Amino acid sequence: MANVDFTYVRKEMVAAREAPSNAKGIGHWLKVNLFATPRDIIFSILAIAFLAYILPSIFRFVFIDAVWTGENRTACTTVSQGGALPDGQYGACWAFVTAKFEQFIFGRYPLAERWRPMTVMIAFTLLLIPMLIPKAPFKGWNALALFILLPTVSFFLLTGGFGLPYVETQLWGGLMVTLVLSFFGITVSLPFGILLALGRRSNLPAIKMLCILFIEVVRGIPLITVLFFASVMLPLFLPDGWTFDKLLRALIGVSIFASAYMAEVIRGGLQAMPRGQYEGADSLGLSYWQKTRLVILPQALKLVIPGIVNTFIGLFKDTSLVSIIGMFDLLGIVTLNQSDANWATPVTPVTGYLFAGFVFWIFCFGMSRYSLFMERHLDTGHKH
Amino acid sequence: MLKNKQTKVGKMKKTILSAAIGAAVLGLASAASAATLADVKAKGFVTCGGSNGIPGFSNPNDKGEWSGIDIDYCRGIAAAVFGDASKFKIVALSSKDRFPALQSGEVDVLTRNTTWTISRDSSLGFNFRTVNYYDGQGFLVKKSLNVKSALELSGAAVCVQQGTTTELNLADYFKANNLKYNPVVFEKEADATSAYDSGRCDVYTTDQSGLYAIRLKLKNPDENEVLPEVISKEPLGPAVRQGDDQWFDIVSWVHYAMVNAEEFGITSKNVDEMKKSGGPDIKRMLGAEEGTKIGTDLGLTNDWAYNIIKQVGNYGEVFERNVGPSSPLKIKRGINALWTKGGLQYGPPIR
Repeated sequence: MANVDFTYVRKEMVAAREAPSNAKGIGHWLKVNLFATPRDIIFSILAIAFLAYILPSIFRFVFIDAVWTGENRTACTTVSQGGALPDGQYGACWAFVTAKFEQFIFGRYPLAERWRPMTVMIAFTLLLIPMLIPKAPFKGWNALALFILLPTVSFFLLTGGFGLPYVETQLWGGLMVTLVLSFFGITVSLPFGILLALGRRSNLPAIKMLCILFIEVVRGIPLITVLFFASVMLPLFLPDGWTFDKLLRALIGVSIFASAYMAEVIRGGLQAMPRGQYEGADSLGLSYWQKTRLVILPQALKLVIPGIVNTFIGLFKDTSLVSIIGMFDLLGIVTLNQSDANWATPVTPVTGYLFAGFVFWIFCFGMSRYSLFMERHLDTGHKH
Repeated sequence: MLKNKQTKVGKMKKTILSAAIGAAVLGLASAASAATLADVKAKGFVTCGGSNGIPGFSNPNDKGEWSGIDIDYCRGIAAAVFGDASKFKIVALSSKDRFPALQSGEVDVLTRNTTWTISRDSSLGFNFRTVNYYDGQGFLVKKSLNVKSALELSGAAVCVQQGTTTELNLADYFKANNLKYNPVVFEKEADATSAYDSGRCDVYTTDQSGLYAIRLKLKNPDENEVLPEVISKEPLGPAVRQGDDQWFDIVSWVHYAMVNAEEFGITSKNVDEMKKSGGPDIKRMLGAEEGTKIGTDLGLTNDWAYNIIKQVGNYGEVFERNVGPSSPLKIKRGINALWTKGGLQYGPPIR
């Protein structure tokens, strides 16, 4: 057999031929994606014209005509507005953001004590990064440090403990408050949401009724109403002189809300589980909690990752409602500083909102990308 | 009877329990009893109701500290009570929640650009006496509209801030003159300004002091003008709760001390000199007169006025620094000048 010569059998694959010149390159891509049909052509041209119309002026406002350094409003106003710029120049006043940057991050936290929130933020980042990387070791300890140890230590570090001077929450503000509120809300809402969702599907009537009542009542009232009630009405009902800490009001309000919404998201996941999973777990003789912990939740939670992250993102942005009770979150402190006559210019409000919007976007986009990554990472192949 | 008593005891227990829980969990307390001065002294600082940002009156500076005329008033109270102008705290309040905050005792005094009206004095249960800024409502219009009087504004879209006397005055004025108008209401001054500047409304109305701040934010300030009509009286001053005359007196005399100091020519720079070499009325005011009881009768120390002027300044200095020529607002003294210069600021004699 060895001497049989199969010369007519190919030993290697034929190299793929190049695509014909009319089916490759940028021209082809444009033709397929933008100009395939007459309708596509019309829409593409309209869209390109629209972008060409607005993008240059945005670019001009944000970069070319923008003012990057300055001491006060003179730097960002034109001659006719009482400033130094030539008339007609209309660009963002980034000098305003630079001057107020620390305030946007820490609020009115005393200057000498700002290392405290700094420390907390660094510790938070250092603990969060290994938590987010699936392969990093010591997940249990990491979670313990991030969700229990860090909040406890931060509480004393931020308000005053370990012999440090007391800093009342009234002075907290900016991104710091936004992060504290959303981190607390997220940490509390996930476990409570799971319990509420399980409770709502429970066979015990009392628990079921309580959970339904809680979820429906909380979902039925806007967050802004509760915050407003807590700020304006509550002081009148409390005994003379007692005031709730405002940050505490906001923390409780936000967590209750997020929990109710989270419960419904998770219930969606629980309902999507086929009956067979429950029955299979039962037939193995698992107890209710074993079944839930080992079989149901891992699959249900994975199904609703987009919904969970959606709730997180919503919560993150909802925190800006606390400005209604006189707490200044990132957006609140940006708006507050627009009242500084030293920086009163036509472009200050727009610049402030651009900055706040950009920071919010960074965080929300980060969360959304991470959830996509987790979905792919957890996707073990069986689709329902 | 017995049952009644039991429920009472039960209620009391509940109250005590909730108070204890309050004390344990909430920690913070600011007392609102009749003796505000004693409470303030016990706390170690005075709590003033501030705003969510009103240029020149209460706004944050680059360091994140509050500054403005109203804030300086608060510092004056702190200087009078403690001899230290830094012993104060500001609670930021929107125009809607400023009154509940004062009623509930969350703040000791409301120094928040608040118009003194009879209903606020009577039915809300507050006391007003001093006016640290005489304001009045005016109209800002685009020159291109060719309007020379507010009476020509029929059918105009008017930008106005929510929950203020401004909104009410506007309605009254247009109704009284049989004019139609279309109010465009905003909660924040900054939003109303942008709306006016981008042409969503033809007219902007607010207190004249506010119009000065708004001019700074317009793209083409010269294309806008303020109409001659001033349609309301807006005496802005601090408010305290009724029922505590001593505290009311202290808050009032802080302002009068600043006004009298300006009249006597006492400034934060020359106050030490004046205390030694000034005339008898100056010495009396600054507590340098022998055997004086002016300060102690108020419940303060005799150098209360000295401390205010040394650490905060006289009324003219405060005005100049926050809203006058030294500030971007550049507001003229106008009716806020001393009575000796044709204005309305008049301090009763200190003797």
